[in-house]
Amino acid sequence: MSVLADPRWGEALAHLPDYLGNHVRVSLAALALGLAVSLPLAILTRNHPAPRAVLLAIASIVQTVPGLALLALFYPLLLLAASVTLAWFGVSFSAFGFLPAMLALALYSMLPVLRNGITGLNGIDPALIEAAKGVGMTARQSLIMVELPLALPVMMAGIRTAAVWVIGTATLSTPIGQTSLGNYIFAGLQTQNWVFVLFGCLASALLALAVDQLLGLIEGGLRQRSRARSVLGAAGIAALVAATLVPSMGRSSQGYVVGAKTFAEQYVLSALLRDRLQAAGLSATARSGLGSSVIFGALKAGDIDLCVDYSGTLWANQLHRTDIKPRAELIAELKTALAKDNITLLGELGFENAYALVLPKKRAEALGIRTITDLAAHASTMSIAGDYEFFSRPEWAALQKAYGLSFRAQRQMQPDFMYAAVASGEVDVIAGYTSDGLIAKYDLVVLDDPRQAIPPYDAILLLAPKRAGDERLQAALKPLLGKIDIATMRDANLRASGNDANSSPDVVAKWLWEKVGKQ
Amino acid sequence: MTNELHRMPSKPAISYSHVTKSFGSLRAVDGVSLDVAEGEFVAIVGGSGSGKTTLLRLANRLIEADGGTISVEGEDVRGVDPVALRRRIGYVFQSGGLFPHLSVADNIGITPRLLGAPAAGIAARVDELLALVQLDRDAHRDRLPAALSGGQRQRVGVARALAAKPRIVLMDEPFGALDPLTRDALGDDYRSLHRKLGLTTVMITHDMTEAILLADRIAVMRGGKLLAQGTPAELSTSGDAYVLELLRTPRRQVERLNALLPQGGAA
Repeated sequence: MSVLADPRWGEALAHLPDYLGNHVRVSLAALALGLAVSLPLAILTRNHPAPRAVLLAIASIVQTVPGLALLALFYPLLLLAASVTLAWFGVSFSAFGFLPAMLALALYSMLPVLRNGITGLNGIDPALIEAAKGVGMTARQSLIMVELPLALPVMMAGIRTAAVWVIGTATLSTPIGQTSLGNYIFAGLQTQNWVFVLFGCLASALLALAVDQLLGLIEGGLRQRSRARSVLGAAGIAALVAATLVPSMGRSSQGYVVGAKTFAEQYVLSALLRDRLQAAGLSATARSGLGSSVIFGALKAGDIDLCVDYSGTLWANQLHRTDIKPRAELIAELKTALAKDNITLLGELGFENAYALVLPKKRAEALGIRTITDLAAHASTMSIAGDYEFFSRPEWAALQKAYGLSFRAQRQMQPDFMYAAVASGEVDVIAGYTSDGLIAKYDLVVLDDPRQAIPPYDAILLLAPKRAGDERLQAALKPLLGKIDIATMRDANLRASGNDANSSPDVVAKWLWEKVGKQ
Repeated sequence: MTNELHRMPSKPAISYSHVTKSFGSLRAVDGVSLDVAEGEFVAIVGGSGSGKTTLLRLANRLIEADGGTISVEGEDVRGVDPVALRRRIGYVFQSGGLFPHLSVADNIGITPRLLGAPAAGIAARVDELLALVQLDRDAHRDRLPAALSGGQRQRVGVARALAAKPRIVLMDEPFGALDPLTRDALGDDYRSLHRKLGLTTVMITHDMTEAILLADRIAVMRGGKLLAQGTPAELSTSGDAYVLELLRTPRRQVERLNALLPQGGAA
């Protein structure tokens, strides 16, 4: 009972119309596009073995690309395409959210549709094709009146497989900005909200199951030539689509969209920003779970209106700088550079979320390690863990160079698991984040960086070009600038990492505002 | 009567002249010349691989000839659009060739539909044809082919071939897969339809008894060549050993049956 009484179920349910509606919308569009491309290809190549083999090989290769990677690939691809169309035709389009998700999912749906389409068309008794010719059908009439209807049950089985794949894979479209049932899963994983993770998994599994059963009904109806069953299945699909789409339609425009990357601090801050805008009478929503390479592009293109980023990240990734400057100087230079793209750097929130080398306090004291210089002497017998991007970032190269660091082994980990891993001694050192609440929780220590190899990572508020002169927005945000110190943010992050009702980003954001708003 | 018909200098419905057709190195049809007169019922008899099916399909251009000339109702088929040609020639397929996803009525009405006939006209024509091939309208009209017996399916196949009122009907071993009783009844029924509607029919069979009982004239094929053609009586004067052997088989079977069955027992 206590599990079901958890108020997070209610919170999850409140998001369902939005998440489910968007999930169904992008899946449906992807499937429609996939069918529109694959079925004609299957028909065109049915009597041509060579192109057919090439086509199936390409579709199979696409299938071996992991869904997450395929979705992620479409974002830069479309950014490139958008810049080309802008340069050549003066029109641009959004490479964010719906379009890349739909295209990647459509590509993903092609293999089962193609394979079953070709199998279905080639499996028809040649005597029947001969009979179609014999009664006076043209090739086209034979295709439409005989071959396609006879291949339909097999084709339908392929469409069914594709539908289930697309619905499942659509949960991975959250990081490229498409709202989906994956929002539950990404948010839940990042904030250790297992209710959300479970809810997202159940919702997408139930949706896939329902669609599978209804399409199965249509397929069975086609096989047994029972019109009633096919009609029943089609009506079920139509009802399902209507039931999922209608509640998410007719909603008022989203107003300001606050973007957030895929970690707990960002979920909390985006909720805080949203609440502040709403308190100022502005309509606002948070779009969370965006990939860290996606969010800046989305801001630049105006797909989101504001977000919190970190000075060092932009310094390295957007300005491609490898030199390191003091905090204030770096921000001043960054502000000027961003202004060229019409992006407003409104100011710092007050804390820094930098990469830092972290190990258990007791171990550090026992070994006499206080700085990275001290660590370098022990590194060759130690193992280090970092998040998925750390070891390919310029900071890591700079650290290695500045201190001559060379570890026995290095591993990549989900950030939330890193801290527990170093606390339990599974790894010796981790590349953690200075604002992470788990540092206090696990009694870890952050090593000093005397040679300043790691650039400053001040949390900064960025506004999209279209909001540059928006004074109401700026007025609503100003009270936050410089107010959140590192201890407060660590406390907030620690609260958000718990697995209970008080750890949801919304609740933590309210706690945070109570704390900083009264100063 | 039939002998007189084929000797009259009437224009042939189908005329093959020195026709050849090869599949790779195999000469399926090798220099065949054969005339089928209007109103005539000709059976092409031969074993499997004799080229009889190829010869039949050349007439409505399901297969294209390599050499020689084929004319249908006086026109060289090479000058006729193959689709239009097939719509005006009825074709009965081995074991029916019915479309499994279409009802009996839709199968029968397919060629008129392709020709753009109005729906009401097609429905009336389907009913007329069901009566003609002796199938009960209410019991069979809306069934799918899978729900029919082999004999019923073949009756539907005949009805479909006749739907667009063709003057010529080609039949590819139409009764071969049926049980003997059904086969006999269907053969007789078709023979009377052929006469009643004034059709020209070319039927393929490997069974000489069936050919003798149904056809006016018989053409015997072997290895792609036409060995002999004529009425059963004319064939019996043929010098070809294979033709004579084919002709002797039915009689030998009758003699053996007579010996095995008590006199009058079959009645």
